Amino acid sequence: MKAHQANRFASILLWIGAVAILALLVAFLALILGRGLPYLTAEFFSGSDGVRGQLFNSFYILFLSLIFSLPIGLGAGIYMAEYAPQNRFTDLIRLSTESLASVPSIVFGLFGMIVFVNMFGLGFTILGGSATLALLNLPILVRVTEESLRAVPRSYREASLALGATMWQTLRKVILPTALPGLITGITLVAGRALGETAILIFTAGMNVSRILFDVNPLAAGETLAVHLFAVKSNPLPGTNSDQIADGTAALLILMVIVFNLCLSIPSRWLQYRLQGKNRG
Amino acid sequence: MDKIVVKELDLFYGEQQALNSINIAMKERSVTALIGPSGCGKSTFLRTLNRMQDLTPGVKIIGQVKIDGQDIYAADTDVVLLRKKVGMVFQHPNPFPKSVFENVAYGPRIHGETDKKKLSEIVETSLKDAALWNEVKDRLHESALGLSGGQQQRLCIARLLAVGPEILLMDEPTSALDPISTMKIEELIAELKDKYTIIIVTHNMHQASRVSDRTAFFLSGDLIEEDITSVLFTRPAKKKTEDYISGRFG
Amino acid sequence: MPQPTKSWVYYNDRLARYLFISSAVLVSLIIICIIWFVGMQGLSTFREVSFLEFFTSSKWSPDSGQYGALTFIAGSIGTTLIAILLGGPLGLAGAVFLAEIAPPWVRAIMRPATDLFAGIPSVVYGYVGITVIVGFTRKITNSSTGYGMLAAGIVLAIMILPTVISLSEDALRSLPGSYKEASLALGATRWQTIWRVLVPAASPGILTAIILAMARAIGETMAVQMVIGNSPRFPDSLGSPTSTLTSNIVMEMGNTPYGSTWNNGLFMMAFILLVIALIMIILVRTASRKGAVR
Repeated sequence: MKAHQANRFASILLWIGAVAILALLVAFLALILGRGLPYLTAEFFSGSDGVRGQLFNSFYILFLSLIFSLPIGLGAGIYMAEYAPQNRFTDLIRLSTESLASVPSIVFGLFGMIVFVNMFGLGFTILGGSATLALLNLPILVRVTEESLRAVPRSYREASLALGATMWQTLRKVILPTALPGLITGITLVAGRALGETAILIFTAGMNVSRILFDVNPLAAGETLAVHLFAVKSNPLPGTNSDQIADGTAALLILMVIVFNLCLSIPSRWLQYRLQGKNRG
Repeated sequence: MDKIVVKELDLFYGEQQALNSINIAMKERSVTALIGPSGCGKSTFLRTLNRMQDLTPGVKIIGQVKIDGQDIYAADTDVVLLRKKVGMVFQHPNPFPKSVFENVAYGPRIHGETDKKKLSEIVETSLKDAALWNEVKDRLHESALGLSGGQQQRLCIARLLAVGPEILLMDEPTSALDPISTMKIEELIAELKDKYTIIIVTHNMHQASRVSDRTAFFLSGDLIEEDITSVLFTRPAKKKTEDYISGRFG
Repeated sequence: MPQPTKSWVYYNDRLARYLFISSAVLVSLIIICIIWFVGMQGLSTFREVSFLEFFTSSKWSPDSGQYGALTFIAGSIGTTLIAILLGGPLGLAGAVFLAEIAPPWVRAIMRPATDLFAGIPSVVYGYVGITVIVGFTRKITNSSTGYGMLAAGIVLAIMILPTVISLSEDALRSLPGSYKEASLALGATRWQTIWRVLVPAASPGILTAIILAMARAIGETMAVQMVIGNSPRFPDSLGSPTSTLTSNIVMEMGNTPYGSTWNNGLFMMAFILLVIALIMIILVRTASRKGAVR
């Protein structure tokens, strides 16, 4: 039975492939955490080469970029899911979103450099960095919003409209609350990606940290953790323990990604649980 | 008195005509049943009465639908007020994923009621009118999705009554329910017709004869015949109607 | 009918609608602006440099007025191809495994695991590349440093895995169950069903996955820059230092005055990347449309 042998052989190969993928991930995590965790001490954050400034900048830039991109991304996503008629205008916007999603981040970085650094003359700033980073968030937000809203059953819309609600009331009171778990998951995804972004920020937020600790001035330069890892690994400053800083920073970034994913998926699960009701059946 | 008067109503989905010059009048505080084989246009027609059909892309409607003497397809019609006045119950119960209380309070809230005490009064009256109060009064703040299918449908009716409609459109409201729940809904319809004008689409001729005062028979987008229910089922005027009610097709 | 009452409820509804439309329009404007600004800046290179030189010469020596970008183009294409050759089959195997073979508990582990892969920042991939993968490529290519196309290709292959896996798995899962039933009922083995029925039927989706993975690979910057070696030398072997479009932009952007021909040349490289990305999107749309017709 040749076919059966081929079948067994293929199954074994596929299992090996899957195990290899998992092993790769485990090796990645073990390598990064194994090398870096020992350096994550108080000294690592607040010593003379400490990264607390970069850590702060990472979250500050993420926060600002979400402030810029959330209203527009949600708005455009709502339009695509709820209002958009099937015509060329809608098609154009869909093409734009898909194109924006495919733009390499270095191109965003250079665009941000032209607009914020040179045209507006801001130089390297947290503001320019987060505004450019917002462009990266935007297409993902649009897609995630559209998908979450489309997953809301049509009957909810009909029921609400049939009761004489306006479209906006229907959205605010029925559709958005129902879609909330999906939206939160999507925003987590966006945030995780933005937190690790580097290419955009090198040429917009720069590779310097403000001398003032936890500087909230959006016109200060703002090196983030990810940019810092790039800087110390590719141009190690002589006389510093740059390898250890790099190991620690990589581990910290990975920890942030893991914690971020765990933390933000909990409220969305909880919401889902509440919405579905306990005594379903 | 005629509550709804429909004149020469045509409806097109793109190129395809789904309703052919429908003429019909419906009396206030009565139950009219719309029957016919699936795809005959009865649900489509029902959804023209509160302009829910507007939500389907590519629909074109020609003709007149007058409610209380006003043409609802006139340019200055306020669709939101129309739908407040002409409520709808759907084929599948569609409560929101909120508590029982919030479901019923939804309508009054969107129409501007904020007073807590008034809201609970409205919720209680509506649930009583929908014959659901005794079953849910202890679980008002639990999710509506935990109710049984029949309870959910009566909840949807309560949610509708809370808005204060005058006309109730019911689109096969019992087709997704078990016989006992169906019976409860039918009893409810009999009670509601003292206050409301009810139009019900049903594929079940027995249901039509049980609940309605008048019955209209639709076939392929045409209104074939409309008469007092007992007359239509015993002495239909048209051959097509007779074929249908005697079960020769459909 | 009661007369319409135009209260704030109606104005809110209107206002919300306009806000949503303007957000959507703004998204369109942004991509147009990006194409315009980066394009204008990049194309002004050709005021000083001939088109032919830029695309066919591999001599990149701006100090002496030579602007041949072929090295970087070849580097980008080469690393992307290596990434697809290594990561594509492995990713597809993972997708087939997840869609057709994995027991539920294995799937419950692997799905989040691939998501985690996607969440790892690209600098961290670059960091792993420098610390481990470069050493490995030094051995197998017998070169002096290990930096080069192979190292970059391997890093990229890992980076594109989540894209290939999740999109291909979606494509396989969205097939009607009747395909599988029909094939199995004819006495085909599971493997025959997968290879002859399911994978071909899902091919538009799988093609989309591969194209999007290529788009990600060719535009990837940090990870590649850290392991490619950054020498403007034409890539003549897998293990010798070279450059890609992205890595060269990062290397030289900071050292060139804005508006100079050198600087414009770097913008032109970004514009090439942008055009490639847009072409990929059009390819994906065509592939999915073909899939819909079938």
